[in-house]
Amino acid sequence: MGEVIVITSGKGGVGKTTTAANIGTGLALEGKSVVLLDADIGLRNLDVVMGLENRIVYDLVDVVEGICRMKQALIKDKRYTNLYLMPAAQTKDKNAVNPEQMLKLTKDLAEEFDYVLVDCPAGIEQGFKNAIAGANRSIVVTTPEVSAVRDADRIVGLLEAHGLRNPQLIINRVKIDMVRRGDMMNIDDMVDILAIDLLGVIPDDEYIVISTNRGEPAISDSKSLAGQAYKNIVKRILGENVPFMNLDPEEGFMAKLAKAFGFRRK
Amino acid sequence: MDLFRLFNRGESSNSKDIAKERLQLLLIHDRANVSPQFLEMIKSEIMDVITDYIEIDEDGFEFKLTRTKRESDNSTIPALVANIPIKKMKENIR
Repeated sequence: MGEVIVITSGKGGVGKTTTAANIGTGLALEGKSVVLLDADIGLRNLDVVMGLENRIVYDLVDVVEGICRMKQALIKDKRYTNLYLMPAAQTKDKNAVNPEQMLKLTKDLAEEFDYVLVDCPAGIEQGFKNAIAGANRSIVVTTPEVSAVRDADRIVGLLEAHGLRNPQLIINRVKIDMVRRGDMMNIDDMVDILAIDLLGVIPDDEYIVISTNRGEPAISDSKSLAGQAYKNIVKRILGENVPFMNLDPEEGFMAKLAKAFGFRRK
Repeated sequence: MDLFRLFNRGESSNSKDIAKERLQLLLIHDRANVSPQFLEMIKSEIMDVITDYIEIDEDGFEFKLTRTKRESDNSTIPALVANIPIKKMKENIR
């Protein structure tokens, strides 16, 4: 029986789908069998982030309604043999399925896969309730902005109210220069405010845009800093104790000097 | 700029400190899920009880949900804070 992990945030546009795509790919790279389940019915995007948008025949709603078998709606990834996507329907809305149906679907998927990653829609209504219905673990994605943190806090409360204890936090799009200047909340500030366990920190990285353009998650590219951060997150999900990437704003004098002269530490 | 900040340490002029401060206060309200009407209701009941014994400055009566540090473990907890300016004790009651 696999694990069902829901990736949620409350606020839209903080990187839930990108996170789902990268963690899913990362787990597959580690040899796990993974299915990415897009629960954002009506506004699906996981397919396009994964570069699988041209292969969709059936979707999640077709499975729930019994129009096709579960396996028919599973799209095999282009690169990794043990990675699959079950897309959301694009022409229906969030009320097309209910939490009981989602519970059954995720349970059936967990029979076949090591990990079921559910990409949750923004908001706290039906779509959210559907996405968390079958989860036994939850990840909250936020960015270091007041609006995103406020919504994340609300989501943490709702997850706990639905019996999902210990949600884990991913802080996305951290701009190191701004943190250094004191114009962006740092990791300690965020953990202090939200008071939940930290799963990982993703630096703001242009490479995410480039990899999304291509439909290939950044985690498979060793040049991407964000990809590296996602790799660390995957290892932590698998139970490894990986130290957090050094995004410390207080650099040592020598490091500053080296930087001023254009040397980069490796 | 950095030199300026060196002498200005301790004062939170950084925008991230403002963000943190605002969020911490905001989340107390969000988490407690108390409406201003509800707070107003408690306030007026407390005021009723107190004015039986003490003459107070009703306009200066402050009543708000805020946060405080718990002494035992230094953690931040929500607190109801009332500031009730006293005009005088009501003699006839005592």
